[in-house]
Amino acid sequence: MSNKSHITATINGEGVEFLCETHQSLLEVLRETLGLMGTKEGCNNGNCGSCNVILDGMLVNSCLVLAVEIQGRSITTIEGIATANGLHPLQQKFVEHAALQCGYCTPGFIVASKALLDQNENPNEQEVREWLAGNLCRCTGYDRIVRAVMDAAKS
Amino acid sequence: MQSFDYIAPKSADEVIKLLAGKNGDARILCGGTDLLVQLREGRRKAKLVIDIKNIPELTQITFDPKNGLRIGAAAASHNICSDSNVSKYYPGLVDAVKLIGGRQIQNRASVGGNLCNASPAADAIPALIVHEASCNITGPNGSRVLPVEEFCTAPGQNALKAGEFLESIRIPTPKERFGAHYLRFIPRNEMDIAVVGAGASVILDDEGKRFVSARIALGAVAPTPLFASDAGDFLSRKDVTRANIKEAARLAQSIARPITDLRGTAEHRKHLCAVLVERALDKAIERAGGQHVQ
Repeated sequence: MSNKSHITATINGEGVEFLCETHQSLLEVLRETLGLMGTKEGCNNGNCGSCNVILDGMLVNSCLVLAVEIQGRSITTIEGIATANGLHPLQQKFVEHAALQCGYCTPGFIVASKALLDQNENPNEQEVREWLAGNLCRCTGYDRIVRAVMDAAKS
Repeated sequence: MQSFDYIAPKSADEVIKLLAGKNGDARILCGGTDLLVQLREGRRKAKLVIDIKNIPELTQITFDPKNGLRIGAAAASHNICSDSNVSKYYPGLVDAVKLIGGRQIQNRASVGGNLCNASPAADAIPALIVHEASCNITGPNGSRVLPVEEFCTAPGQNALKAGEFLESIRIPTPKERFGAHYLRFIPRNEMDIAVVGAGASVILDDEGKRFVSARIALGAVAPTPLFASDAGDFLSRKDVTRANIKEAARLAQSIARPITDLRGTAEHRKHLCAVLVERALDKAIERAGGQHVQ
């Protein structure tokens, strides 16, 4: 059964059009149709946060959003975080604090942290930890990530 | 994932027509945090997915003191918890909903979906039961109302008949001296499924020394969330004492019929019932303005 839907949306500030099957996830379309490979597939069931994107200002797991749901909506992926002047402060602080080892979860953490700082410029440690509870990292033990996010908030 | 058609109707009437045309092969989509996982893993089947998030009345959260709270079935968890009236009047519900997943999940997952998914361990359901919530169900033959404690019928099964869907959840305005709490035991700090969950609500007398009434509910200790009505009824018109609280907790524990699985043994779960109900009652009493009892 072919159910190709024609979707127009804004991704990282640019208008995009694509065709997708109604059962395809946003994650699948970002990676396989649009070639935005920065968003990672981890668990594919909403536990790990590796596929986080910002949908109309709201942090979501792109594995749990159907691509057809984003008709007319606006998405920010990890590719849309850096500015023309270079790395986003969050990215810079992740580098400085060595807040990653294998790096697989990092796009999800950066996007999730961006969504946090967009609505709370000065979170305390507890707020950062609670906000990032839906992102799993098997390497760092989280401390460096939390420090990087708090440092980025300061700068 | 299995193939299905997708439609995002603009009205509840349209949903009824779509459900009627699909003869049980349609599924309602809200946040998708359960449904999409189940469709992907083949645990549920659908030929048509009906996304109801674009129907304004189904995402609205409204409150007035006379009619109480109405939560549209598709309202997202975060919107429910951040609603000022919900925070003020429905503390047990806020406790429970804040425990469901991380922020990414709470931005999408609906409490209506938590109810329809009918997990024995669903956090929101015991909280809804102690808040005396009811389900507004709509279908081809009109609407009907069902108390939340009668909604779940088996793991993953609910009381919706063919062609029906959950339109909203309604919760009455709490009386004076009301307090409620929900808590659960998990071996981690967050992002886990309840080993046991317990909710309690109380209404106290003017001095805060006697129970006017109480409601107690348990999760993850039976095929469906349990309403421990005898345990709550035991407390009505009794003094707020440790002995009475413990007896209510024991009565609630006595109806639990847990299984042993990877999250805990039946014995551990049984033990937890009494501990958690006692704690839920203590906090509910505190929130109702009662004195802490030793």
